[in-house]
Amino acid sequence: MSINAVDLVVILVLGLLGVGFYGLLITRNLIKVVVALQILVKGAMVALVLAGNLSHQTNLGQSLAVTVIVADTIVAVIGLSLAVQVRRHFGTLDIKSLTTLRR
Amino acid sequence: MDFALIVLGCLICAVFAIRTQRLLISALWLAGASALTALLLYLLGAPEIAVIELSVGAGLVTVLFVFAINIAGEEIPIKQSIMPKPLAWLLIAAAVLLLGIMVLGPQLSRVLTGSEPGFAAILWNDRLLDVALQVVLIFAGVLGVLGLLSDVKKISKDGNNEH
Repeated sequence: MSINAVDLVVILVLGLLGVGFYGLLITRNLIKVVVALQILVKGAMVALVLAGNLSHQTNLGQSLAVTVIVADTIVAVIGLSLAVQVRRHFGTLDIKSLTTLRR
Repeated sequence: MDFALIVLGCLICAVFAIRTQRLLISALWLAGASALTALLLYLLGAPEIAVIELSVGAGLVTVLFVFAINIAGEEIPIKQSIMPKPLAWLLIAAAVLLLGIMVLGPQLSRVLTGSEPGFAAILWNDRLLDVALQVVLIFAGVLGVLGLLSDVKKISKDGNNEH
C-alpha cells in the first residue's frame, strides 16, 4: 500500500494538532504553552493550504494562511510579554502558582 | 519520498519542542519545525506563504522566544503536569481519531473549477476585511512588544511610583 502526498500532509496536520493539544494539556510553563500554541496553529495553517490546493483555489488558501500567520505571531508576542510580566510579578512561570483566589 | 522525509522531520521537531525541558532548546526545535513546514508549503504550491512562514515563523518568532527567555530566565523544569498523562493521551487520541475520520473518510466532493484570480487580487479585493484585521492585530502586537520591554513599577508606601 502506497501513501500519496496528500495523505502524508493530512497525517502531518493530524500529528501537529495532536502534539499541540498534548502540549497544552500537559505543560505548566507559560512559555511552553506558547510553543504548544505555535505548533497547533502550524497544523491549521498547513490544513488551509492543503484544502486550497485540493480545491484548486491555492491563492485563496494562501490569503487565508497569511491571516493565520499574522494572528499566530501576535498571539506569540502577547503571550510572551504576558509570561515575562508574570515572571516579574510572581517570580515563576508555573501556571498553577498564578491562582491567587484559592490557597 | 521528499514529502515523507519532511513530514517525519517536522513531526520529530514538534515532539521534541514539547518534550525538551530547556526552553531555549525548545524554541530552536520549534524553529526547525517552522522551517520544514515552510519547505512543505513550497512543495504544495504555495511559495508566497512559504517565504512568509520561513521569515516570520522560523525567524521573527524564534528571535522573540530567545529574547523573552533571556528576560524571564530559565526555570527549574516542573515534572508534574496539569492533568494526568493517561487522561491527556486518551483525549488526544479521541480528538485525532475524530479529526482523522472527518478528514480521511469522505473525499472532497465539491471541487471548484475555473480560473482563479491571483494571490494579490484575492488578498486586496476579496479578503480586504482580513487585511484590516491584520492591521489591527499588528497594532496589538506593537503594544505587546511594549509590554515585553516595559519595566515593573514598584509602588512605594506613600503612593509614588518607583522604577
